[in-house]
Amino acid sequence: MGTEIPPLVKTPSNRQLVRYAGVSRDFYEIHYDKDFAISTGLKGVIIHGALKQAFLGQLITDWIGPTGILKKLSAQYRGMDEPGSPLICKGKVIKKYVKNHLHLVDCEIWIENSKGEQFTPGSATVLLPIKSMNRTKRS
Amino acid sequence: MEVERGHIKAFAEAIEDPNPLWNDETVARETLSTGMIAPPTFLRFIRTGRLQELPEDFPYNRSLDGGSQWEYFEVVKPGDKIKAVTTVTDLYKKSGRLGEMIFVLTTTTYTNQFNKLVATQTNTSIRY
Repeated sequence: MGTEIPPLVKTPSNRQLVRYAGVSRDFYEIHYDKDFAISTGLKGVIIHGALKQAFLGQLITDWIGPTGILKKLSAQYRGMDEPGSPLICKGKVIKKYVKNHLHLVDCEIWIENSKGEQFTPGSATVLLPIKSMNRTKRS
Repeated sequence: MEVERGHIKAFAEAIEDPNPLWNDETVARETLSTGMIAPPTFLRFIRTGRLQELPEDFPYNRSLDGGSQWEYFEVVKPGDKIKAVTTVTDLYKKSGRLGEMIFVLTTTTYTNQFNKLVATQTNTSIRY
């Protein structure tokens, strides 16, 4: 219990926000037009919540590898993160259990920005093959 | 909405996630998934349009994303035809630093061409 998930560092740029807007078809201007963002009461362009969730998704799928299966992924966006500085995605195992013969692991996950603020708490549930489960136990 | 291999790869490149499962068909074919699949938040791209439950003259046109919860049941592969249906599950008012805010909770169900439930996404949208 408490096993730490190897952290993942992402540094989204304005350019990445524009690319993400394109592929996710979220063209809300607060993510790429500074003047527009300010006009809505924000300090500037902000990172899409869903992009931060995609980073947390990568944190988990990198950790479980191709044999693990992600069952649940959630994130809350309690504050704004701006592009241009590193976001550290972190997580730890909080529960391991067997349900319907499936080996499941619940994790707490979150993102820390460069000021140490944690605006993106979340959770994930993964299904691991028994071998990986034992490996996780030993570490 | 049809899932295109190129779109999965473009999505993976945009989130800068080099996992071969969503980038490389040749490598992905050797894994349990037997081919490329979509990364966890890929289905987010399907836009379901204006929510029927909200009035047409809904006065709050600015919005912020409050969070999202996904549950997965089936993998998403290139060629899949995904149908997304969004319903409003709760609606409430709060006052905060942006003034009066309306919280709109929705659940989207994603179903594939075999009529199998692929995923659900519960989302909180804050309108102000």
